[in-house]
Amino acid sequence: MKANITEYLAIDLEKEMWCCRKCNHEIAPARSNYKEGLLVYNRDPQEIHKPIINPDWYEFTFSPDPNWCQILEYYCPNCSTQVEVEYLPPGHPPIHDMEFDIDALKERYLKREGQKV
Amino acid sequence: MAIDATKREQELVEQFLKETTLFLGPEPRLMQDHGLAPITNREIQAILKENDPSIISMARSKMQAGANEAYEMLEQIGAAPGAKWGDVVCGIFTAKGDLSIVSSGGVLIFAGCTQYGVKYIVENWLNDPEVGVEPGDIFYYNDARYGGVHNTDQNLILPVFNNGELIAWIVTVVHEGENGAVEPGGMPSAAEQVYDQGLAISPMRVGRNYKFYKDLVTYFQNSVREPKLQVVDMKAKLHGALRILQRIEETIAEYGVDAAIAVLRKTLDDTVEEVQRRLTQWPDGKVRMMGIADSTLRENLLIKVNLELTKKGGELTLDFRGSSPEFANRANNSVTSAMKGMLAQLFLSFVWPDLPRNQAVLAPMKFIIDDHSIYNASYDVPNAQSMMTFFPAFTVTQAALAKYLYNSPEKATKLIAPWYNMIRTTIYGGITQHGETVGNLCADLNGMPGGAKEGMDGEHSIAPIFAPMSEQGEQELIEEEIPIMQLSRRLMKDNQGFGKYRGGQGYQMFVTQKESDFFGFMTTTIGSKYPSTYGIYGGYACPAYPLAKIKGIDIFEIMKNEPEKMVYTTEEIMNNRPFENATYTTHHGGLQFELAQEGEIYIITQGAGGGYGDVLDRDPELVIKDVEENLISEETANRIYKVFFNPETLILDSEKTEEARRKEREDRKKRGIAYQEFVKNWVTDTPPANLPFYGSWKEKNVIYAGSPDNYMTEGNLKAVWLPNPKDVRIAELETELKELGDKR
Ligand SMILES: [Zn+2]
Repeated sequence: MKANITEYLAIDLEKEMWCCRKCNHEIAPARSNYKEGLLVYNRDPQEIHKPIINPDWYEFTFSPDPNWCQILEYYCPNCSTQVEVEYLPPGHPPIHDMEFDIDALKERYLKREGQKV
Repeated sequence: MAIDATKREQELVEQFLKETTLFLGPEPRLMQDHGLAPITNREIQAILKENDPSIISMARSKMQAGANEAYEMLEQIGAAPGAKWGDVVCGIFTAKGDLSIVSSGGVLIFAGCTQYGVKYIVENWLNDPEVGVEPGDIFYYNDARYGGVHNTDQNLILPVFNNGELIAWIVTVVHEGENGAVEPGGMPSAAEQVYDQGLAISPMRVGRNYKFYKDLVTYFQNSVREPKLQVVDMKAKLHGALRILQRIEETIAEYGVDAAIAVLRKTLDDTVEEVQRRLTQWPDGKVRMMGIADSTLRENLLIKVNLELTKKGGELTLDFRGSSPEFANRANNSVTSAMKGMLAQLFLSFVWPDLPRNQAVLAPMKFIIDDHSIYNASYDVPNAQSMMTFFPAFTVTQAALAKYLYNSPEKATKLIAPWYNMIRTTIYGGITQHGETVGNLCADLNGMPGGAKEGMDGEHSIAPIFAPMSEQGEQELIEEEIPIMQLSRRLMKDNQGFGKYRGGQGYQMFVTQKESDFFGFMTTTIGSKYPSTYGIYGGYACPAYPLAKIKGIDIFEIMKNEPEKMVYTTEEIMNNRPFENATYTTHHGGLQFELAQEGEIYIITQGAGGGYGDVLDRDPELVIKDVEENLISEETANRIYKVFFNPETLILDSEKTEEARRKEREDRKKRGIAYQEFVKNWVTDTPPANLPFYGSWKEKNVIYAGSPDNYMTEGNLKAVWLPNPKDVRIAELETELKELGDKR
């Protein structure tokens, strides 16, 4: 039984594992940080949000300042889906963003059987 | 007997203290409590007496219709630009001051703060022998510290009596604009003290028998730059409120007073029950999110918004500890009630828009906010630009909620990425072409683009984050009244929150002034260095936005004599620099009031909503559609979405696209690093020394204030005083001069 948590992540309640919804890859134990089972890439924000006006002339160009802001991209190690994106100041610890009560979730799904999930 | 004497003495002391309180300011106990007043015996009695659901429903509809009517009236008769375009709200409160019924249109957050003002009157004036509350009384306030967003919003309050019994309160609120602050227009980003914020009316009686005291109104007029606006809109708000009063009286005549009292209380209690039921459907556990507000509107700083949500059963806790400390001399501090009002608006507009609009939506929620943090501004720090921190709180919460909502079996809306969160418009002041002194803001701020949704792209420049129904105004009508002219207004290419579903896009505006010798602008937005609005589920944020200026020209002369030189996009004008002798500059979005000469151009860009999902999952046909509609360039389609097509015919090259996407997936695997290994190299113990960072870093309870050596601990925050960047610059230049002198 799987509980869908985001567009790309589910929790397999029997195996107690975070899974990729695209390829079913088992990412990490459900009681741990799912990011631990993903690949991370530290992206210069100017590669995504390119300067629209000439960066040689102007201080502000529609592009974030890479000294202030970096983008962490998280990929499924099996199918490479970009599961999550995080904007952080350089060196800031990534956020442990989801920590669910697995026992409560299991209990709820047992009750929910037959319902649309 | 001794006990009696002691008790009597105690009572005397208490009475003495009560009567001789030197200042009845906003009381922290009242200001921190967003819950409902305990149900009264009168309310219980009314609910027991009137328990026919069809009567309750009809009585509620009638009062709701009254609130809606008053809203329409204010839009029609209000003089403030804000009134005309929906920055208005009308509501009905219980006798104890809880907001129960609100107009369907308008800015809910205004009414979502006013309960504190009403409760202040109930607590301090209702039984005061000198003040008291009588039928026909008119109360009024605008000081945000008593419950408000900022002093530019003015609240009119009427008590509702039935046969001598106080049964309800009516409120009409308008974002009035000008209020006599240090800068024109009512939202001074230059305010360094609360005393720079203009008129500061604490909740007080301003009239009797539904007529204003003229002496007092004259005093208010005397304190602002637009005296006519002040009086006209006081009258407009009064007549809106009187319409609601009429509808309440009709409700009582038709269904009885118990029905009216029961409706007001039951609407609140039913909302609480339903919110708890809906919260129960979310998974139990914690969701965390952070964001950065990158400016105080004077200097660029990294101001951290930290949020840890805990959901258990029917209760949600919002813990904002770890966020930045407040600023002693900047205007971007939020009074807690304003921040909570904004989050009530988030739940009622974006999560459960089918619930009745009232304050009870927050009643099952708990907030944990440090004193002296950016979300619990002290009485003595300015707050005129509180939006610059509470909009980011909205965005961070909106992104976090997406992680609970996906799993909820019932949803009242589509899942949505954050809405664009900044008020991209001009605040203006000066003398018009008709010789009138004005100070206000343009309604363009209502053109915020929407976030991407589950299964659909976000809408372009559709509605502000704080009001689902409002307008952007008729530019031609505005130009008749004030000297502002818009020379270009079009959706900006490549200004997109990328994703499987993309965010809505915003327009860019060229703004100038014509026919005034004395007129100027302000802009009040953050997000020029660090994006303000994030994506969800792997979607990207919005870009960063400059304010661009082209000074030293008269564009009207150029358009007359050399019209071929005129261009209409930021990209063309800033990169091609078509006008000789002009200066072309960019700045962060916090422009403090400056005079503009006729024909000088200020360029503002509405942002973009956050993206939803992986860019490689975006349907290539949707990418091509965006190219066709000039929303993105071919280069962006290739680089971000890995979609290739024939640029002449716009026919998809599916082979090349598939191959490019396959290769990108391979590249991701090559460049991606295992999380544990990445974290080892990435995370630093403290914020980098070169970053002006405010907030927690590695541990939530250590809060930095601008440098790694300057920190505070949770529960012991203090306001941070920021030196004026001009003074800092002068000191630098003086040092340089001295060094040069020494060399010589
Ligand atoms: Zn996968």
